[in-house]
Amino acid sequence: MKSIEAKVVVLGSQGVGKTSVVIRYVGGMFSKAVSPTIGASFFTYKMTLNNYRIKLQVWDTAGQERFRSMAPMYYRKANAAMLIYDLTSADSFYDIKDWVGELKKNVDTPIVMCLVGNKCDMSDCREVTSIDAEEYASTIGALNHETSALKNTEAYSVTRVLLVTRVAITEFAILLAPP
Amino acid sequence: MAERKKEADHLPTSESDQDDFIEPDPPVVTNQAVADTFVNIDYEDLVNPDYDSHPSGYIHEIVRQGSHDDDDEPRVAVSSVSDVSTGEESSEDHTEISTKEISQALDEVSKLQHPEVSLEDEEEIDEVDTQEWRQRKKHVFILSQAGKPVYTRFGNEDKLVTVMGVMSALVSFVQDSKDLVRFMVAGDHKFVFLVREHLILVCVSHGAESSQQILLHLSYVYNQILSVLTFSTLHRIFKQRRNYDLRRLLTGAEKFLDNLLNMMDTEPGMLLGAVRCLPLDSQVRDNIAQTIVQNAKVKDLVFALILANNQLVTLVRMKKYFLHPMDLHLIINLVNASESFKAAESWTPICLPKFDSSGFLQAHISYLDDRCETCLLLLSVDRESFFILSECRNKIKERLVKYNALKAISDSLMKTSYSIQQCGISDLRHFLYKSRHMAQFTSPELEAPYLSETEQERLCGLYFYLHHRIHTSARPLKILYTVGPHETLLGWVTQSFELYAVFGPLVTKVAAIQAINKLLRWVKREEDRLFIPNHVTF
Ligand SMILES: Nc1nc2c(ncn2[C@@H]2O[C@H](COP(=O)(O)OP(=O)(O)OP(=O)(O)O)[C@@H](O)[C@H]2O)c(=O)[nH]1
Ligand SMILES: [Mg+2]
Repeated sequence: MKSIEAKVVVLGSQGVGKTSVVIRYVGGMFSKAVSPTIGASFFTYKMTLNNYRIKLQVWDTAGQERFRSMAPMYYRKANAAMLIYDLTSADSFYDIKDWVGELKKNVDTPIVMCLVGNKCDMSDCREVTSIDAEEYASTIGALNHETSALKNTEAYSVTRVLLVTRVAITEFAILLAPP
Repeated sequence: MAERKKEADHLPTSESDQDDFIEPDPPVVTNQAVADTFVNIDYEDLVNPDYDSHPSGYIHEIVRQGSHDDDDEPRVAVSSVSDVSTGEESSEDHTEISTKEISQALDEVSKLQHPEVSLEDEEEIDEVDTQEWRQRKKHVFILSQAGKPVYTRFGNEDKLVTVMGVMSALVSFVQDSKDLVRFMVAGDHKFVFLVREHLILVCVSHGAESSQQILLHLSYVYNQILSVLTFSTLHRIFKQRRNYDLRRLLTGAEKFLDNLLNMMDTEPGMLLGAVRCLPLDSQVRDNIAQTIVQNAKVKDLVFALILANNQLVTLVRMKKYFLHPMDLHLIINLVNASESFKAAESWTPICLPKFDSSGFLQAHISYLDDRCETCLLLLSVDRESFFILSECRNKIKERLVKYNALKAISDSLMKTSYSIQQCGISDLRHFLYKSRHMAQFTSPELEAPYLSETEQERLCGLYFYLHHRIHTSARPLKILYTVGPHETLLGWVTQSFELYAVFGPLVTKVAAIQAINKLLRWVKREEDRLFIPNHVTF
């Protein structure tokens, strides 16, 4: 079995649920007590997939404006970027465009992008339609998914995000794998 | 460094430079001299409203002297920079300025004074007009030089645009006459101003602190902002746009300001410019420090420290740098106010204004135990060193577990620090002892009668009073003995220590002196456990 390390950076506006998604992803739970991230938090996650032993190094960044200038430090060496928005906030979706622009400009190594609409348990207050998200994702060549860190139901489970990200990682593994 | 120098130039006067903790050392006092320097003061005014019929503390009494004739029409005493006296003198020595701005200010002030506001239109009621808001003991406002609201401790800045506008008008009005407003007294309230190059900080208080103590608190608040943004950023932003809304960059940082202010209400450390150490066997502490030194040999690592429950466990520093107590308090505040460090290893910028206000250090922050009590901070100038530091952290953790040091820390946290009984001095109720050269202090647990919140607040007020009386710049004292109906207070400042002791009301002067000498011997004996004499260097 081959081992690879993959660096994932989680980007998105303040309060969209980046930390909640990561904690769900890494720890398998929803913590009500998450508080705004200061600087950035570092998580590791191990998994095996298609004969690869993959160690994910996840940088969960802070959405607060004052940390914005620190972001390059985390995405520069990233192999995958999770771009998280809150589907009940159109603004948080528009902010993704800035992130994508920044990544395109500053990262020259191949990076897998995954667009994630969080909080789909509150789809009553939805401000971003699935169609818009899908359309945008395809224009930037990103994977697209909706999820809820809160309600880990079958339909919207983070397991599915995980799956999507795994697919992303596999793609990445293929990129990395010697020909 | 140059940036810091520049900043220093903007300080209003050297007298008001509350940033400086290094006070001129008073000459050593022998016991004989001590007896001669006793000052008896009228203690009557320093009583709890609960005990006394007239709801006034010491501060209120002073205020009343200044504006005794008419309670309904607060007179404003404006004290300017040319007048370096404390609040006490200012009320006699006030300059009355009659201008539109001042009268405007008076209107606003009287808003604070008169609770009975017509409540005609419920919808239209401003925050400022609510009883609750007005009765807050200590308001803190921050505004830009252009008068834009930046922060308010209570309520919403947007609702306070007018009040802040008046404050900035007041400041610039006095500035126009090449002067600087430092504080005013209006009725029960003190208005204290800290004017920095880009920001104006105002505290409106009817609590027990003196104006100078409030000024010190404001400078902590200012430094907290620098800690989040750096002075360079602040400077750059306001140079580019005088009208910038700083709240954009401070979102999420309000909680640090809130937490700092709350801490200052109850913790004497900031007033004393000293930190509290976690009581630990000195060998265990050395062991911890050595573990850090051996396992964190990393270029560019400036400070490494362990905190537990707001107390310093150990500090390791680069040989040529010192960690100023003010910076250390900001670090403690950062850890205290952030839950997010408990979730995972974190990597965050922090500016330590006393160390270097022009730039950030990068902090690796992690808890070493599952209960998230023992926090390790590694502060480096290298932004790229996270993974190296993370490795150091793992090694340090492993060793500390192996040596049972983490357990020693949690044991110390479990048992209450120490009871005043352990000092074996009858009639001594509580004390604060600060070692001046270590910038550390110790105090026993709070026990009866200081268990209720009001009693604790009152005790805190006693310390504010004692500290103020001793350090008041007009006539600093070496020792102060003062008898009141509920307590007898004794404060003593020498070159090496500051001691503030609270006795029962019946203790005699001789007995108090004896008790203090006994206490000093006790502290000496316990010194190794309660203090960190030298910080180890890398
Ligand atoms: N309803 C709902 N609430 C969520 C969900 N995920 C997160 N939240 C809530 O959204 C808030 C913000 O969550 P965080 O995970 O702290 O958001 P963040 O993006 O990490 O925020 P920053 O660290 O400040 O950038 C919290 O109150 C969460 O409880 C979700 O799927 N559904
Ligand atoms: Mg977060």
